[in-house]
Amino acid sequence: MVTIQSVKSPVKPDERGHEADHPTSQVALFGADQPLRLDCGIDLSPFQIAYQAYGTLNADRSNAILVCHALTGDQHVANPHPVTGKPGWWQTLVGPGKALDTDRYFIISSNVLGGCMGSTGPASTNPATGKLWGLDFPVITIPDMVRAQAMLVDRLGIDTLFCVVGGSMGGMQTLQWTAAYPQRVFSALAVACSTRHSAQNIAFHELGRQAVMADPDWRGGRYFEEGTHPHRGLGVARMAAHITYLSDAALHRKFGRRMQDRELPTFSFDADFQVESYLRYQGSSFVERFDANSYLYLTRAMDYFDIAADHNGVLAEAFRDTQTRFCLMSFTSDWLFPTSESRAVVHALNAGGVRVSFAEIETDKGHDAFLLDVPEFLDIARAFLNSAASVRGLVGAEK
Amino acid sequence: MSVEQTLPFASPAPRGAELYRGDHLLVAGMIERGSKVLDVGCGDGDLLQLLETRGIDGRGIELSREGVNRCVGKGLAVVQGDADTDLINYPDDSFDYVVLSQTLQATRQPRVVLENLLRIGRRAIVSFPNFGFWKMRLQLLVGGHMPRTENLPATWYDTPNIHFCTIKDFVQLCDEINVKMERAVALDLYGRPLRLNAPWWFWNMFGEQGVFLLSRADRPSGR
Repeated sequence: MVTIQSVKSPVKPDERGHEADHPTSQVALFGADQPLRLDCGIDLSPFQIAYQAYGTLNADRSNAILVCHALTGDQHVANPHPVTGKPGWWQTLVGPGKALDTDRYFIISSNVLGGCMGSTGPASTNPATGKLWGLDFPVITIPDMVRAQAMLVDRLGIDTLFCVVGGSMGGMQTLQWTAAYPQRVFSALAVACSTRHSAQNIAFHELGRQAVMADPDWRGGRYFEEGTHPHRGLGVARMAAHITYLSDAALHRKFGRRMQDRELPTFSFDADFQVESYLRYQGSSFVERFDANSYLYLTRAMDYFDIAADHNGVLAEAFRDTQTRFCLMSFTSDWLFPTSESRAVVHALNAGGVRVSFAEIETDKGHDAFLLDVPEFLDIARAFLNSAASVRGLVGAEK
Repeated sequence: MSVEQTLPFASPAPRGAELYRGDHLLVAGMIERGSKVLDVGCGDGDLLQLLETRGIDGRGIELSREGVNRCVGKGLAVVQGDADTDLINYPDDSFDYVVLSQTLQATRQPRVVLENLLRIGRRAIVSFPNFGFWKMRLQLLVGGHMPRTENLPATWYDTPNIHFCTIKDFVQLCDEINVKMERAVALDLYGRPLRLNAPWWFWNMFGEQGVFLLSRADRPSGR
C-alpha cells in the first residue's frame, strides 16, 4: 500500500545543479578540436559526456555493450543513484549473472546529451558565458545524442559494440545507432520503442512542456538565476507522463478506488484516493532530481525523432542489408509504444532482409514493464544476448 | 495429372537424423546450402535449427507467443506474426524458399496464403495433413464422426484446423492459381515417403500427409 503523501526534498537545489557540471561519474571531455555537429546546424563545443562503466573490456574489445537510457533515466544503470540513493534503474537487467552480465560484458551507460546528470545540457554551465545554458542551449535530437555517444565509444577505444540496448527513448537511440552506424553495432536490443514518435505521444509531451512553462517559477527558463524552480509545473508534467507509463489494468490492480488513510471522502480536493496520492508522490520526487529545462529539451528530441523521414520516408531504406542482429520486444498493455509500432519496425527490418527477432510480452504493467521484473522479457533478453555472444565468439558464452 | 513425382533425396539420411522429424528432413533435403528461407508457422524452431546446421539462413514467423519466445531463446530469428495477416508485409522475392509446414489447414485463407508464399519466395514448400487418408475416410464413412488420428488428435470443436483438404484438392488449387509443382511426396503415418510412381489416387488414399515443392508457373497450364 502506498502511504507516502509528499516528502520534503532531501536534496538541496544546489546539489541538483551540482551533478550537471560535476557528476558522480566518469566524464569524457571533448574540447574545441572535437565539436559535435548538431542537426540544428550548430557546432557544440566544448562539451562533456558523463558515463558509468561496469565489467571489464576484453582484449579484443569485442564485449562492449552500450545501454541507452529513457527520458528521465541516466547513466546510473546498476549502481545507487547519487542524488536519490535509490538502486540503479535497470538492475533487473544489468549486473553480475543478469541478462546483461557484468561478469561477461563491458557495459557502458552515458547520460544523454541534453540531460542533467553530467552530460552537457541546459542545466550545465555554458563556458562562453559562465552562466547556465538554460534556453540558450541548442535544441537537440536523438541522432545528436547518438553522435555524442559514438564519440564517447571512440574515446574508449571501441570500434564495434557487441550490443546496443535500450527501452523507450533508449530504444529510439538503439534504433538510431543501427541506422547511423550499422557496421559498429553487432546486435541491438530495442524494447518498447519506435522509429518515430506518434502524434499522441507528441501531444502528451506538449502537455508536459506547457505545464512546466505555465509555472510562474519557470521564469522563461531562467529560474536558476532567480532562485526559483518550477517544481509544480514539472511535477504536473511528471504526473501526466506517469499515467502514460502505466495501464488501466495496472492502476486498477495497484489502487482501484481505495482511499488514502481515510474511510470516507473529505469533500475537498485533498488526495482522497490512493492513486492521487501516488501520482503526487511521483511528481514531487521527480522534481528533486530532474531539471525542468532538460525535460523540455529531451521531450522535444523524442518528438522530432523519425528515422524514416531521414530516408525518403521509407523506413526499410534505413536498415537495408545491415548485418546487425536485432531483437525487438513490446508489451501487450503498453499504449505509449504499442505493439503495432514495434511491428512496423519489424516489417521494415524484414523488408530490408535484416535478421530480426520480435516478441510481444504479455503483461498488465504498461510501458513501465521494461523497467520491472518481467521474467519473460528478461529471459528473452538473456537468450538473445547469449546466442549473439556465441556467434560473436565471446569467451564464456553459455550454450 | 502430369506432375513429375520424384523422391527428393536419393542419399541416405545424414548422421544425427533421428533428432529431426521425418517431414523436416524431407523439407531440408529440398533446400540448397546458402539459401535464404522463411519458415511460416515455425513452432518451436526445430526445422530452423535443422536448416542452420546445413548452412541455410533461416527466418521464422510464429503465431504463438510461447513458440516465438522459445525460438528467440534458441537464438533463432523469429518474429511473432500470423500467416493470414502478416505475409503481406514481406516484399516480393525476398526469400529463396518459403516453408509452410503443417499450417495451411489452420489458415483462414489458404489460397491467399499460398499466393503470398510464392510472391515472397521463388519457391514454396508446403506440407499438410491429407484429409483423404484412408483412416479419415473410414472414420467418416463407418464411424459417422469427424475423424481424429494420432497426428490430428483434436476434436472438431477445439481444433485449430479449419480448412482441411485432400492431396487431390491441393493439386487442383495449384492448377487453379497457376502454381507449378516441381516435386510432390506423400508420407505415410510414420513420416516415410510412399513408393515412387504410385498413381495420385493411391497417394490420396494412403498418404497421411503431402509435401509439395512449388514454384510460379510462367504461363497458365491450360488444363
